[in-house]
Amino acid sequence: MGHLIPPSIMPYVLPVLYAVVIVAVLPLLAGYIVLMERKVMADMQARLGPMRVGPHGLLQPIADAVKLLLKEDIIPDKADRLMFWFAPLVSVTMALLAYSALAIGPAFQIADLNIGLLFILAVSSLGIYGIVLGGWASNSHYSLLGALRSAAQLVSYETAAGLGLISVLLLAGSLSMKDIVQAQSDQGVWFGFSVPFGFFIYLVGSIAETNRAPFDLPEAESELVAGYMTEYSGFRWSLYFLAEYANMIIVAGIATTLFLGGWLRPGARYHEHIPGTGIEWLDALPALLTLGVALYSLSLAPKQPVKIQKIVMVLVALLCLGIAGVLAGALIAPPAVMQGIHGAFWFMAKVFAYIYAFLWIRFTFPRYRFDQLMRLGWRFLIPLALVNVIGVGVAIVLRQQFAWGPIVSLIPTTLGTLGVAMLLAKDDAPTSAAHLLDGE
Amino acid sequence: MQTLNQALFIFFAVLAVASAVLMVTRRNIVHGAVFLITTLLATAGIFLLLEAEFLFIVQVILYVGGIMVLFVFVIMLVNLDVSMRQVQFNRQWFVAATLALVLAAQFLYAIWAVRRPGMLRLPAPAAELAPKNTEAVADALFSHYMLPFEIASILLLVAMIGAVVMAKRRVG
Repeated sequence: MGHLIPPSIMPYVLPVLYAVVIVAVLPLLAGYIVLMERKVMADMQARLGPMRVGPHGLLQPIADAVKLLLKEDIIPDKADRLMFWFAPLVSVTMALLAYSALAIGPAFQIADLNIGLLFILAVSSLGIYGIVLGGWASNSHYSLLGALRSAAQLVSYETAAGLGLISVLLLAGSLSMKDIVQAQSDQGVWFGFSVPFGFFIYLVGSIAETNRAPFDLPEAESELVAGYMTEYSGFRWSLYFLAEYANMIIVAGIATTLFLGGWLRPGARYHEHIPGTGIEWLDALPALLTLGVALYSLSLAPKQPVKIQKIVMVLVALLCLGIAGVLAGALIAPPAVMQGIHGAFWFMAKVFAYIYAFLWIRFTFPRYRFDQLMRLGWRFLIPLALVNVIGVGVAIVLRQQFAWGPIVSLIPTTLGTLGVAMLLAKDDAPTSAAHLLDGE
Repeated sequence: MQTLNQALFIFFAVLAVASAVLMVTRRNIVHGAVFLITTLLATAGIFLLLEAEFLFIVQVILYVGGIMVLFVFVIMLVNLDVSMRQVQFNRQWFVAATLALVLAAQFLYAIWAVRRPGMLRLPAPAAELAPKNTEAVADALFSHYMLPFEIASILLLVAMIGAVVMAKRRVG
């Protein structure tokens, strides 16, 4: 390949390839996260969920996508046509742009920016314009209210989430996504364990920023029909949907990189080898896991009611078997290749665990009222985040000036932050009840 | 590389100036806000061309992602129909034009005063030699400009805590 491409273009070939792969795969991934969401919801409510299209509804996302593309595209009469057309594009472009700095494993990254984290935060916060302008351009009260709520919510929770991230930046000493993961590898601990409050604040903040339940007030269906998307239909609507799920993956990716060790394997410090080989026990885990999934789907195949569903199930099993083969083959490949493939596996596994937590929270907690949402943001999360940042700063001074251990120095400050959190929560509880009785 | 930089500079510069003009002349205030956002983004692009990536990201996060969101938020609460019918340019245009001309003359004089051969060409990028941008900014802030920086940050912290305290008091 090297001699076919002029050397001046060579450094751009791989990034462009990654970009094309991400843009091509993301809509499919978003569709399957929707399916996962419906299946998890069904499971938590003791139902089956989608079962008709494909075995266990596995082809449902494709059917949905075809339906959305074929639907009529309606633009309201008195809408601002240009803005109405432009707004979903802003949302989706910004969501896709943010992927350029995300490091999916040590090998897969479009650009390793030295301001990587700030770039992702900046670009994904621009997606709000898609929502606000779309809500305004629709010329509908429901849409406008949804857009206003969305803007207020984002501005409030971005502060808290940003302060949560700063606690990690203090420990990592870099804004580059790669260096942050490297810092966790060097210090031998995932930052989610060293600054649990930073993680908690970012988790809550990221749910609010992506407009997910229990903070989905911009699209609260019982109050605002569908919020800012009310007047949208067909393909434009699906662009908003894609942007929302792309943003979910982005925040999950940020949380994975900063708090959950990025592409690092669980137990990265242990290097027990399988006797007689150079392969570590824990490195065999991904291949064994996917092999298990493959065998399980194969065992399910005969139980499918229709013949075509049996065939699709076997295809799914073969797909898992292929992934298992790649993961197992990586074990005997050169270390750089192996780390690239296994890094991507662990990164995606953690991203999906985080998204599962999102779904779990969605189906567990009832929606907040808008004043409750603002109170939680401004009166609990922001003060707590400030105290947390100060606590991490103190821990770093303890480490540098008094030579405390990296873990030991964080214990007293984390306990202090816990104390402040309990004080804040206690302070807040009676006022919220009194507030309700006042009928304000 | 040089021609690519030149082309990008011209693109961003034209975009910034054109959308600045459009921002002033649009009747619809929301369209005006969108063009202001475009101007800010184009300026950020020029910062990036000058390899001031920290300045670029601060411009995007603070002005575009923060301040302009609040602008748009407030604009949407205003009754747009009324503002559409109002007279866009009032009689003070003579004063404004004079001020603008004086300002333009000042800028031209400033550029003329520091002129040197080849200044209209962009300097060649020296990315490998320069220290990392974020670190350089932090270095300057915490050594040369320590006092003003600390005063400004304490002022902002007080404002933020003040907002929280006021929110708490109103309910209790």
